[in-house]
Amino acid sequence: MPNFNHPDMYQALFSDIKTNTPIKSPVYEKSGEIAAPTPKEIRVVLRNYGKIDPENINEYISQDGYQALLTCLTSYSPEQVIQVITDSGLRGRGGAGFPAGKKWQFTKNSPGEIKFVVCNADEGDPGAFMNRRVLEDDPHAVIEGMVIAAYAIGATQGYVYCRAEYPQAVRRMNIALKQARELGLLGKNIMATGFDFDIEVRMGAGAFVCGEETALMASIEGHRGEPRPRPPFPAVSGLWGKPTNINNVETFANVPQIILKGAEWFASMGTEKSKGTKTFALAGDVNHTGLIEVPLGISLREIVYDVGGGIKNNKGFKAVQTGGPMGGCLPEDYLDTPVDYEALAAAGSIMGSGGMIVMDEDTCMVDIARFFMDFIQDESCGKCTPCRVGTHSMLEILTRICEGKGKDGDIEELEHLSKVTRINSLCGLGQGAPNPVESTLKHFREEYEAHIYEKRCPAKVCRDLVQFSIIEDDCTGCMVCARNCPVEAIEGEKKQPHSIDPEVCIKCGICYNVCLFEAVVRQSE
Amino acid sequence: MKKEIQLTIDGNTIQVPEGTTILKAAESIGIKIPTICYHDYCTANALCRICVVEIEGSRTLIPSCVAKVSSDMQVKTKSERVIKSRKTILEMLVSSIDLSESPEILNMIDEYEANPSRFPDAERREHAVIDDNPMFIRDYEKCILCWRCVQVCAEDAQYTFAINFSGRGYETQINTFYEKPLPETSCVFCGQCIGVCPTGALKPKREWLLQDGYQPEEIMLLTRTQRKKKTKSSARPSSGGSHE
Ligand SMILES: Cc1cc2nc3c(=O)[nH]c(=O)nc-3n(C[C@H](O)[C@H](O)[C@H](O)COP(=O)(O)O)c2cc1C
Ligand code: SF4
Repeated sequence: MPNFNHPDMYQALFSDIKTNTPIKSPVYEKSGEIAAPTPKEIRVVLRNYGKIDPENINEYISQDGYQALLTCLTSYSPEQVIQVITDSGLRGRGGAGFPAGKKWQFTKNSPGEIKFVVCNADEGDPGAFMNRRVLEDDPHAVIEGMVIAAYAIGATQGYVYCRAEYPQAVRRMNIALKQARELGLLGKNIMATGFDFDIEVRMGAGAFVCGEETALMASIEGHRGEPRPRPPFPAVSGLWGKPTNINNVETFANVPQIILKGAEWFASMGTEKSKGTKTFALAGDVNHTGLIEVPLGISLREIVYDVGGGIKNNKGFKAVQTGGPMGGCLPEDYLDTPVDYEALAAAGSIMGSGGMIVMDEDTCMVDIARFFMDFIQDESCGKCTPCRVGTHSMLEILTRICEGKGKDGDIEELEHLSKVTRINSLCGLGQGAPNPVESTLKHFREEYEAHIYEKRCPAKVCRDLVQFSIIEDDCTGCMVCARNCPVEAIEGEKKQPHSIDPEVCIKCGICYNVCLFEAVVRQSE
Repeated sequence: MKKEIQLTIDGNTIQVPEGTTILKAAESIGIKIPTICYHDYCTANALCRICVVEIEGSRTLIPSCVAKVSSDMQVKTKSERVIKSRKTILEMLVSSIDLSESPEILNMIDEYEANPSRFPDAERREHAVIDDNPMFIRDYEKCILCWRCVQVCAEDAQYTFAINFSGRGYETQINTFYEKPLPETSCVFCGQCIGVCPTGALKPKREWLLQDGYQPEEIMLLTRTQRKKKTKSSARPSSGGSHE
């Protein structure tokens, strides 16, 4: 630790580092998780991506790193810090969108000598990697945000709860913590201001439910990661019963920027109630998948077509799923919905933590609902009845429908179970579990009806409802399909039209995929 | 003295001390809210969700066993949403668990006119009876996961921590760590868990044998021989590693 006894000496050190660190132009992965930003993107949380070496604290400092912390510790009172965050309109990026300033204020107001700050880096949504990118490429931004939060609420110890499946993130976070400690930016007497705060990384085993705040804290304490009823909220009684402020990685990463550039700057982006930017892991059937950061209020259409480059292979758009496994699917009519907490909720989906899956016309929405329900019922902690049994019962019904065994009344039963599970479950997992079912029932009800009443899968996805056959005129008798069929269901002489024996066919779809002449067709009638 | 809080339950305006749960507040004016996992001497966890009530302005239903009263709260213990939810939760339980020895829950099923075959295709929880010690058996087919046994084994009474939840989702069950037989765990066979089990999933071995048709004399004999064997073997000198 440098032998500094006045904050001004840190200011001098920072200026020194800035003049001596060469400015680099950003390097983006050519084909990978992040490309250069398209015109509709703004990089706030990802601003240092590709620009700095995350394992070198000087490079972070050269990008005004830790300047916000120095300003807070030397010129702002804790109340003023909370005021700036409140004025900026920053809302929690972990999913629910609770105003960050308000949460800090609650934790600050809770009586108690010992308080904690926790960073939720569990990121359990399948296919999501927004938080991992920030942790791996700009860990100091998260640390700086956490120290500022700690100063504002009066905490002395912090934890970053990161899933063990992110070894690189854990490694870089630990390097960053060590470097920050060595420079006196963390630990005792931070920047010679008398403020003490330190951070430790805690690893989780990667259960989805451990992202839920009360389960996460149980896990940090060494218990089985399962939620408990709220209230009391963590702000009142969190880790070891002490007031605890828990925020998402992205929430913290926004904080230093807000302090540096001001609440007005942040609030100038976004809509009336949803300010700033949001990162999304854009996936599915768009031309450019990957990590994006867009100003809130942008429409889904702009994300799909301008940022994502439209649907792959010139197929038609069918739905976009936002909010991860507990989110909803929105159809074409909703493409102009602005990405805003309230607007997405009104449309029947949620903002979530940043999962976004675009689906083309070849997607079966019943199958999608079944897929998400399968994930959720598997990840349910099993503690409360409605979620443990309700999600399982819904999965049974959805599976039945996909297998062509749906019956009259199934849709109503799904609606009823959705409602009961939503209003009676203990935590957000069970309460959000029905979203994929309810949103697909709302927007794609006719697909459920086709499966149940006509035993037909309009998207030709559900195996039990699809038949494969070969169009004689198009078949050249190349034998590729016959050679690839795992059950020898295809017959035919060389250079003669082939045929599929429906009795033997297991509907794996391999012939459909390997035929070079589009002679194999799927039907669902 | 604690502050008094005024609230309305099913149209009755009452005052109760601050910190009272809705369940107890209702009880104080003779309104009975059904409970399953709740036990007066265990920490309430709001797991079974049968005690949910409607609170004006709340999106979800609220478990009355843990939720505390607040000023001017408007509580409905029998709204349509509440009744429907309780009914469905009972149907969920009965479709997956053997409730034949849970008379209280069976009564609720009658009272709420729950349909035991509402989910005819539901997968039933099937577990073999675990008979790994001379004191009691564990029949998890009957377990509704109320968590009381885990709690009395832990901080609610015994501080032994021999059992906990295992598995996830539908596969969740109560178990020992690494599914070890009870005698190999920290279990001291205090029997607290049996005392709080509401469904007959945990049961003294004698009771179980009696139900199975054994005569009392046979059981005495069974246990006596076992006891004899034990005294004989432990009386044997054990020094010098003289194992047979
Ligand atoms: C099932 C479930 C999973 C969650 N997973 C995450 C997660 O992976 N990351 C996260 O930040 N928040 C997650 N949350 C939300 C957290 O409970 C909590 O609201 C959030 O960490 C608060 O931070 P914020 O206010 O900054 O959003 C999850 C919630 C639920 C119910
Ligand atoms: S809602 Fe699901 S995940 Fe949450 S406590 Fe209940 S069983 Fe566990």
